[in-house]
Amino acid sequence: MLHYALFFIFAALAVGGALNLLIQRHPISSALSLVVVMGALAVEYLLLGAEFVAAVQVIVYAGAIMVLFVFVIMLLNAGEEERAGRSRVALLFGLPGLVLFGVLISWALIRINPASNRVAIGALHGPPDQIARLLFQPFLLPFEVTSVLILIAIMGAVVLARRER
Amino acid sequence: MDTTAFVLVSAAKTALFLAILLGVVAYTVLLERKLVGRIQNRWGPSRVGPFGLLQPLADGLKFIFKEDVTPPYVNRPLYLLAPLLSLSLALTTIAVIPVGGWIDIKGIRTPVQITDVGVGLLVVLGITSIAVYGIALAGWASNSKYSLLGSLRACAQMISYEVALGLSLIGVLILSGTFSLRGIVEAQQGTFLGFIPNWNIFRGQIVAFFVYLCAAYAETNRVPFDLPEAETELVAGYHTEYSAMKFAMFFMAEYANMVTVGCLATLLFLGGWLGPVFGPWWLQAILPVFWFGLKVFFFLFLYIWVRGTLPRFRYDQLMAFSWKVLFPLAIANAVVTALVVALKS
Repeated sequence: MLHYALFFIFAALAVGGALNLLIQRHPISSALSLVVVMGALAVEYLLLGAEFVAAVQVIVYAGAIMVLFVFVIMLLNAGEEERAGRSRVALLFGLPGLVLFGVLISWALIRINPASNRVAIGALHGPPDQIARLLFQPFLLPFEVTSVLILIAIMGAVVLARRER
Repeated sequence: MDTTAFVLVSAAKTALFLAILLGVVAYTVLLERKLVGRIQNRWGPSRVGPFGLLQPLADGLKFIFKEDVTPPYVNRPLYLLAPLLSLSLALTTIAVIPVGGWIDIKGIRTPVQITDVGVGLLVVLGITSIAVYGIALAGWASNSKYSLLGSLRACAQMISYEVALGLSLIGVLILSGTFSLRGIVEAQQGTFLGFIPNWNIFRGQIVAFFVYLCAAYAETNRVPFDLPEAETELVAGYHTEYSAMKFAMFFMAEYANMVTVGCLATLLFLGGWLGPVFGPWWLQAILPVFWFGLKVFFFLFLYIWVRGTLPRFRYDQLMAFSWKVLFPLAIANAVVTALVVALKS
């Protein structure tokens, strides 16, 4: 019972944070809303029983990546963004489209994943050593490919930021 | 143990741990002022109470009764959030720190620790990485160039040194095979060669210990890594615009972080509460906690000693030291430890 209450509280927090991210006009406020989303997601992982994934979510996303975001926003001293005039087309077609899209996705998820094999709360035990075995045996190739991808991104950033001589 | 007993025991432990931590924080400040005084050939505070022992109380009262200034043009919500965030996160870490073995009181068996989390070490690292926001927001929300510069420096420094800090722990994790802080200490029981304790620092993790120590000093913004609050350049860094209790919160957070870092070093490298235990049952209950306290005291003493001895780094030296010295050392340590463990098994 308590688990379900916590699940819905933090799910609401995650969705609310995501909406706030879009609504806020100052980049810092948006970035901090994203931190709230990441934290709420970490709690959801914890509720599933995956404490390692929850801890890594906090360390990597909320702690490292978002700190860099905030750092860059502070460094650039970015001001509030200007609000463009509201387009009537977006209001007319955007909102119904959004609702339709949401319904479609939920319908597809429920069809693919019927209630019988949903993960129960607290059932997804993910001790670190099991995750490590999965990562370094069956998923070794995707794991390495991802790290090379990140390396390429870093090198791209270095090339772009290099001063021309 | 039924639910009521569990809740009562947990609440009692939380209150006790928080009270002790705050007491330790207050007296670390006094210890620092006294020791640095002696290092600089003066007395330090000696007027309030015997040997100046009531000085923390007087300081606390002074902070409470000072005028609480909020400068104009600050971003008010974030300006108020920053010190709260810093202090609460600094105090939260104590929840997963074990300071002793198990105790039995009237059939209730409980660890001398608020809660034993399976990924305790990662929880500490996660809280530390979130704590950067306290400093970043303080500098940004204050709307002052000194604060902003201080917090930018602090962020860059904490992000850089977090990498070395995290990597230096890998050797210890390989040796103990668990993320639980209690498990890491229990893996260090016993002795080898007859008399040398089986602590990680003696099991080849001396390099990791050095890296951890340097990175920990930088993470807590202490001398010689105190560039975020270098008073000769930045007035006071990220907390320039804070006064009264709000400043005191940053101050307490810094010292609480020092204590946490000392506790973590004790647990990871110096065998935690392990040490000779003898005598009647009450002495056997107290001695482990005493050994733990003694080892943490050693770290706090070292902190203050270093502060009284070393000058501050230049900013480029600071970054070069992290990325060109500590980072490769930590990686080399992890690789060598992994190799040795793999060859032995």
